[in-house]
Amino acid sequence: MNTETASAITPAQYVQHHLDHLLFNLNSMSFGNNGFWTLNLDTVLVSLVTGLIIATLLRVVAVRMTAGVPGKLQNFVEIIIEFVQKSVTDTFHGTSKIIAPLALTIFVWVFFMNVMDLLPIDLLPRALAAVGFTHFKNVPTADPNMTFAMSISVFVLIIFYNFKIKGWHLAKEVFTKPFGIYLFPLNITFRLVEEFVKPLSLALRLFGNMFAGELVFILIALLPWWAQWLPGGIWSIFHILIISIQAFIFMMLTIVYLSMAHDKH
Amino acid sequence: MDINATLLGQLITFLILVWFTMKYVWPPITKAMQEREKKIAAGLEAADRSKRELELAEHKALAIIREAKLDAAQIVDQSHKRAVQIVDEAKANARTEGQRILDQANEEFAREVSRTRETLRKHLASLAIAGAEKIISRNLDPVTNAALLDEFVAEI
Repeated sequence: MNTETASAITPAQYVQHHLDHLLFNLNSMSFGNNGFWTLNLDTVLVSLVTGLIIATLLRVVAVRMTAGVPGKLQNFVEIIIEFVQKSVTDTFHGTSKIIAPLALTIFVWVFFMNVMDLLPIDLLPRALAAVGFTHFKNVPTADPNMTFAMSISVFVLIIFYNFKIKGWHLAKEVFTKPFGIYLFPLNITFRLVEEFVKPLSLALRLFGNMFAGELVFILIALLPWWAQWLPGGIWSIFHILIISIQAFIFMMLTIVYLSMAHDKH
Repeated sequence: MDINATLLGQLITFLILVWFTMKYVWPPITKAMQEREKKIAAGLEAADRSKRELELAEHKALAIIREAKLDAAQIVDQSHKRAVQIVDEAKANARTEGQRILDQANEEFAREVSRTRETLRKHLASLAIAGAEKIISRNLDPVTNAALLDEFVAEI
């Protein structure tokens, strides 16, 4: 942020501007807010672009895949896949075909969307402002819509596998754990809270980390230009750690929750 | 920051991405990786096996060389013996042959001598007869006889 805009708008306005999404009214098909039927166009676009890049990259590697000597790109993808595979096989002992690819998608996609946080905070908004877009938040994972979309998918899978694998055993589990059958109302309450907390914590953890990280970048951008490089640099380096860890945690917890849904106690 | 329709859109995007990964990304990559693992295992095993085979072949080659050396020594020995034998045989042959030739020559010589002697005797007899005839045809002149005899003797 330069001094010109600083004089034009107050710091509070600057922060508020950066926290607003590029909204698209689905009723009138124009920019603007329309309650639930609004699309956060920035989240949708950035996540789509990153998703497409990832899908293309992985598909290209998958097509060119050889069992012989791997190239650099193939090697890189193989390292990621081996890492995901190891994480899955370490905690999950079922035979589901979906969990490993799901974990891979979550890890890579979340990581890439988190990486958008490392772009200079004003780069994309400014560039797009030049062509007429008023707002732009370039970190999809700092949008609860994004994180909840993923955690709700995982939640649905958790419920699905609970029913599919456990069958009647699930009822027994819900009624008798952890206090025995005589306290079954309490047991049911506990179980419901436990299950519904899973998607909530998954989504809010990622959202909170990314949102807070972005906010800190915004606050650093409010400093005078000569004071930005030190806190900006430190926070960026620290943030590299955070975005990797958050992507990993989301993947790992997905695996753990799904393996819990598979395990009969 | 509100929850809105973006949630639905992202849900669909996420599901499509997961489906895509599950269908088109994960299986081919993991399959190739497993194939490579198998290949590497097979390669290592083959290397081990060929190493063992090489050792075996080396042992075999050494044994063959040792045997060949022994054989060669034996053959050389035998041929030495045979050569000596041949030389000895040749010597013996030559000796007997020489002896035979010598004997033959001696015999031949003896025969020749006796034949010559015989011839000479015949000649002497005919000469004696011729001399006697000559003597008889002339007078029994002792002087002439003596002269004739002398002549005869000189003729002999």
